[in-house]
Amino acid sequence: MSPGATGGRLDLDKVTLWIGPRQLFEPLTLSLAAGTIASIMGPSGSGKSALLAWIAGVPIPAFRATGRVVLDGRDVTDLAPENRRIGLVAQDDRLFRHLRVGENLEMALPAGEPVAKRHQLAEKSLTQLGLAGFQHRDVAGLSGGERARVSLLRAMLAEPLAVLLDEPFSKLDLPLRSQIRQGFLDYIRNRCVPALIATHDSADAQTAGGPVHILAGPPGILDGF
Amino acid sequence: MSGGGADRQGWLRLAPGVTLAMSLTPIGAGLIGTILPAFGWMPAIGAVDPGLGAWVALLAQLELPGAVMLTVWTGLAGTGLSLALALGFVATSHHRPLFRRLTGWLAPVLSLPHAALAIGLAFMIAPSGWIARLLSPWATGWGVPPDLWTDRDPLGLGLILGLVLKETPYLLLAILAALSHLDPARDLAAARTLGYTPAKAWLKVVGPRLYPLLRLPLYAVLAYALSVVDMALILAPATPPPLSVLILRWFHDPDLALRLQAAAASCLQLGLVGAAILGWAAMETIVTRLARPWLTDGKRGRAGAAARRFLAALQVATLGLSAASIAALALWSVAGRWRFPDDLPAVLSMNAWAAQGRRLAEPAIATLALGLLATAIALALTIACLENEQRRGIRLGSRGLILLYLPLLAPQIAFLPGAQIVMIAAGIDGGALAVLWCHLLYVLPYVFLSLGDAYRRLDMRHVDAASSLGAGPWTILWRVKLPLLLGPLLAAGAVGFAVSVALYVPTVFAGGGRISTLAIEAVNAMAGADRRAIGVAASLQAFLPLVAYALAILVPAAIGRRRVGRAP
Repeated sequence: MSPGATGGRLDLDKVTLWIGPRQLFEPLTLSLAAGTIASIMGPSGSGKSALLAWIAGVPIPAFRATGRVVLDGRDVTDLAPENRRIGLVAQDDRLFRHLRVGENLEMALPAGEPVAKRHQLAEKSLTQLGLAGFQHRDVAGLSGGERARVSLLRAMLAEPLAVLLDEPFSKLDLPLRSQIRQGFLDYIRNRCVPALIATHDSADAQTAGGPVHILAGPPGILDGF
Repeated sequence: MSGGGADRQGWLRLAPGVTLAMSLTPIGAGLIGTILPAFGWMPAIGAVDPGLGAWVALLAQLELPGAVMLTVWTGLAGTGLSLALALGFVATSHHRPLFRRLTGWLAPVLSLPHAALAIGLAFMIAPSGWIARLLSPWATGWGVPPDLWTDRDPLGLGLILGLVLKETPYLLLAILAALSHLDPARDLAAARTLGYTPAKAWLKVVGPRLYPLLRLPLYAVLAYALSVVDMALILAPATPPPLSVLILRWFHDPDLALRLQAAAASCLQLGLVGAAILGWAAMETIVTRLARPWLTDGKRGRAGAAARRFLAALQVATLGLSAASIAALALWSVAGRWRFPDDLPAVLSMNAWAAQGRRLAEPAIATLALGLLATAIALALTIACLENEQRRGIRLGSRGLILLYLPLLAPQIAFLPGAQIVMIAAGIDGGALAVLWCHLLYVLPYVFLSLGDAYRRLDMRHVDAASSLGAGPWTILWRVKLPLLLGPLLAAGAVGFAVSVALYVPTVFAGGGRISTLAIEAVNAMAGADRRAIGVAASLQAFLPLVAYALAILVPAAIGRRRVGRAP
């Protein structure tokens, strides 16, 4: 295990999102230990993506949030994203298109190591998720499953104290899905950071193994369902 | 009906060819008209012995080395500083509220004509200028203007400052236009969750993708800065002046033999611009290669609030200095007695306007007519080209874009004198038509560039809806597309009009001295020392494009209000 890869505890305290006067779900409070992968479930439009983006510090403009985010006992709610050390694997593709696969990963590695060592670290991490030899590939040519894995590696190589995953498996075909999911989640568990995964697939939540939180609308919103 | 429609459709297919021919013919003719005399062939003045005599005469000029050095130094420094200011500001402030607020001011500042802005800047920074007056005597101790030449300093710093005031907003707008094609917000968010500060995130993630889109506007700035005439006449040192000013001087010398030498100097000017663009492109390749490891070295940057504030302050200062320069013009035009070092005139008077008004009426009307006509023709040709694109489902490729940019890349002083020579030979020089054509050369690319994006982004559902109701393509163009595009059309028109009002060299050469505009009057007024007369001519020149911009903003707003008022 590489140094600095161990996270501590991620606490959410009465977090909820609003669009204008409308509250999207009941305030969410949870506490995640390192190595735990918790799941957040809810129908599309329930605010899962917006919640993760807000926790990471890159809120989606239409949403307003209340509540606190505490990382290792430190309140990070008002910090800029670059000062939080919370990794985010977004649902849409955010790999940098002007860089190759290996360069995307090297950009995430902390500064200070010599170039040769950085190449080596990036190469080794690709091997861990079954992407050996991918470092010179063009990002545009990757399949959905390859993109998801490179995105995860990039987030983890930055040595975050916690990691958030937004529907990481939604674009994968079913047979491939369980196979990639297992390797993916094992990788996170081995890095020993608290992780929060947003999904609408209960199989994802089961494999994650941690507590499951359902984003339930406040009284009145779901009455029509 | 359908037959007529097909005919008109066929006419539309000619639009891109006609448009390109309109801009490429004068450039080609101009180059021939410059290169032949440079090598001794100019029958109009009896030169029919091809040879290198003009070059020998040119190289014998003692002023030449200094002029070339000044040209290269001011051109490269002006372009480099403008680019650094624009990129530095966007990289450090793109996530701040100031960014949005400031970008709203770019278009009106950009519309200020070069000559008026340069004169206003001279009124600010001269030893007896407004800045010295505001600081004297309490800060400087000066009771009389000091013996310093801050506007015509030998290093050309005044000219560089003038270029920075004019080109930084242009590059900022070019960056904003390029960013609208890139959708950088997601990439920036991703880089910041990896720990990158906003500035480093921008430089490492957005910058490399943005630069290729900035290349042509940047080369246009470089070509302009290396060959500018009107700003150089006002702000650059006179002994030696930049090469462009020498060329102008020699072309207008009563000694006709100097025409050949001037043509050779024009070729040299063209070579300088070409070499500068090639050199810049070579630097790009080197920097791109060297920067590759820097992109992935993992250095996240520090908070850098001080750097951000400094760059934002510089940006506000450049826009503020432009605004103050125009204010200085207006103030001098109505100044009565204004003794140094008083902050403001002791009395205001309209004497200068009364004295100059009658004399400037004709140039003002000529400016207005040229601007309106050139803009109207450019809008018609642009709409025809874009409509042709849309109906045939084609898009302007990168090669077409370079052709469109060609008039902005070719230095005016290098081919317009040649174009005049060809026009004289063809017997169409000195007329309003020749001037209009030369204006169109510069108005057209800017109108095309500012209308193109809006036209292509038009919501096609409206068109489909109209089409399903049985409307033909021309009805849709007139009744659906153009009304929807009213705002962008007026904005493009304001840009085109501002470009035309600012043109100096094309008017001088195509007009052959017989047609005067406010640009010419403002530059000529600088030869006299009457600051009030200068102020009147220059503020009138600055005023016209500002009115055009105000109309482009107010008219769509007023129509919008009327529609809302009419709604049930």
